[in-house]
Amino acid sequence: MPGYQDVIMAGFGGQGVMLIGNLLAQAGMEQGFNVTFIPVYGAEMRGGTANCTVVLDNLPIGSPLVREPLSTIVLNEPSLAKFQPRLCKNGAQIVNASLIAEDLVDTAIRTVYIPANDMAHKLGNVKLANMVALGAWLRATEALPLQAVQDALRRVVSARHAGLIPVNAAALEAGYDFA
Amino acid sequence: MYRLRLVRNHVPGYGHTGVQKRRGGHRMNTGRMPDRILAKGNEALAYGAVDAGLKCYFGYPITPQNEIPEMLSALLPECGGSFVQAESEVGAVNMLIGAGACGVPAMVSSSSCGISLMQEGISYMAGSHIPGVIVNMARGGPGLGDLGPSQGDYFQAVKGGGHGDHRNLVLAPATAQECYDFMFKALTLAFVYRNPVMILGDAVVAQLKEPVRRVPPAGADTPEYLESLVRDQRIEGYGARGKAAAPRLLKSVYLAEGELAGRNRLLQKKYAEMRGEALFECEDVDDADLVVIAFGSIGRIARSAIRRLPGTGRKVGLFRPITLYPFPEEALRKLAPSRRFLVVEQNIGQMVEDVRLAVNGASPVYWHGVMPGLFIGADELVEPILRALG
Repeated sequence: MPGYQDVIMAGFGGQGVMLIGNLLAQAGMEQGFNVTFIPVYGAEMRGGTANCTVVLDNLPIGSPLVREPLSTIVLNEPSLAKFQPRLCKNGAQIVNASLIAEDLVDTAIRTVYIPANDMAHKLGNVKLANMVALGAWLRATEALPLQAVQDALRRVVSARHAGLIPVNAAALEAGYDFA
Repeated sequence: MYRLRLVRNHVPGYGHTGVQKRRGGHRMNTGRMPDRILAKGNEALAYGAVDAGLKCYFGYPITPQNEIPEMLSALLPECGGSFVQAESEVGAVNMLIGAGACGVPAMVSSSSCGISLMQEGISYMAGSHIPGVIVNMARGGPGLGDLGPSQGDYFQAVKGGGHGDHRNLVLAPATAQECYDFMFKALTLAFVYRNPVMILGDAVVAQLKEPVRRVPPAGADTPEYLESLVRDQRIEGYGARGKAAAPRLLKSVYLAEGELAGRNRLLQKKYAEMRGEALFECEDVDDADLVVIAFGSIGRIARSAIRRLPGTGRKVGLFRPITLYPFPEEALRKLAPSRRFLVVEQNIGQMVEDVRLAVNGASPVYWHGVMPGLFIGADELVEPILRALG
């Protein structure tokens, strides 16, 4: 497991990038890492793109913000346009094939091109696309064990929605197995 | 009149290792360390406030500090305190004056433009020796600005901000844990000095989530100690402190000839005593060729930038002021002769003036400004640091 990892997660407001950002940070903390999670809000909250940055490190974390991330999870086209050029050399990206045309993906970049919405739909709820993508990211980066993130769902999902935890865990696993 | 409750041991160059140990300090936690919780800076600050003994909160909503009132609206009533959503920032700061005058540990929080509205009240607090904590999770300015991070309120925070010659004690957290810890320090300082204390953060430290341990920092004062400070401030009516006790009048208006001069001399004496509270954090400064000086969130971003500098054989250290007023000028002066400095701040050049005053020409002081409102990463500071290295 690497000592330092960072990721920018981006998509439309409502696709759940803040939720998977929180989940990853919570799981990282429970695994003993120092973590930061920072959302970037603005006019973006109102229907445009939203993004957040998560950093995991064995050392105390300096910057919680990252200009050139080691990895990204992009759930829609505007996010790909924004973050693909910024990806660090040798970086990896998880690209939502359900909403992003393949010819937009830079073939020089290590990419997991995953139909997150379609896979989520098969699992019974298109809203699980974020979890599918995070599962793929976990496999691609080997930053944290899948099980650790599935366990952390219990602390991030509110009690009101606790019934949805198993299907979210399944979506993480489906993404993990795909990648 | 303000009275110092006790004389404190001031250690020159005292680095930040939590709050100074004093009578009534919490015992060190010797058992298992409690689990870390993932909390935003704003949330951690709200936890710190109630754990430190806060009794009143007044405020009016504004981004990026809304989690503070949101959390306190639930936490404070549970702890026997009061939460009031004021009709405006002006209303909130005047409620703070009332609470402080009555010896109640109280705070307000807002962001930049809201803090500007509070400045009249803060000046009155300073002039009347009234304690209270003001939190500014700053946003981009001037004017209504934007919701991004900014350090453009540095001057406003450390040079007084309101009218007249007054000073706030100013603490600048860089992490969510410091947001928690500094509420203990802020409330104690407010009552020790009978003075407004400001916590100056920004959108980054306010909104970022980090692991936080919800335990009083090592050496922090207990709520009981705070209560003992508060008792002396509380107005309990004529004669409450014995037959000889004089009525106490809290005011900032002194019209008789020479009276205001005496008041200002007393305030200046207090500000001179506050200088012993200077705190800072140093990293690798001893044999450094260049010392980067940065506070708050830019301080931590600068630390990452220093870590990823290409090897040049030249050494770069970091100096992070934790109190912005008093400014840790003595410590800087000691570093000055053989090192050059680079001030990095997210404004158009404010703290650099205090650094230049402290160094007073003894070594070169360079400056790099990050425009307010931008979210920057560490990479963007590498080039300016290399340039200053020469």
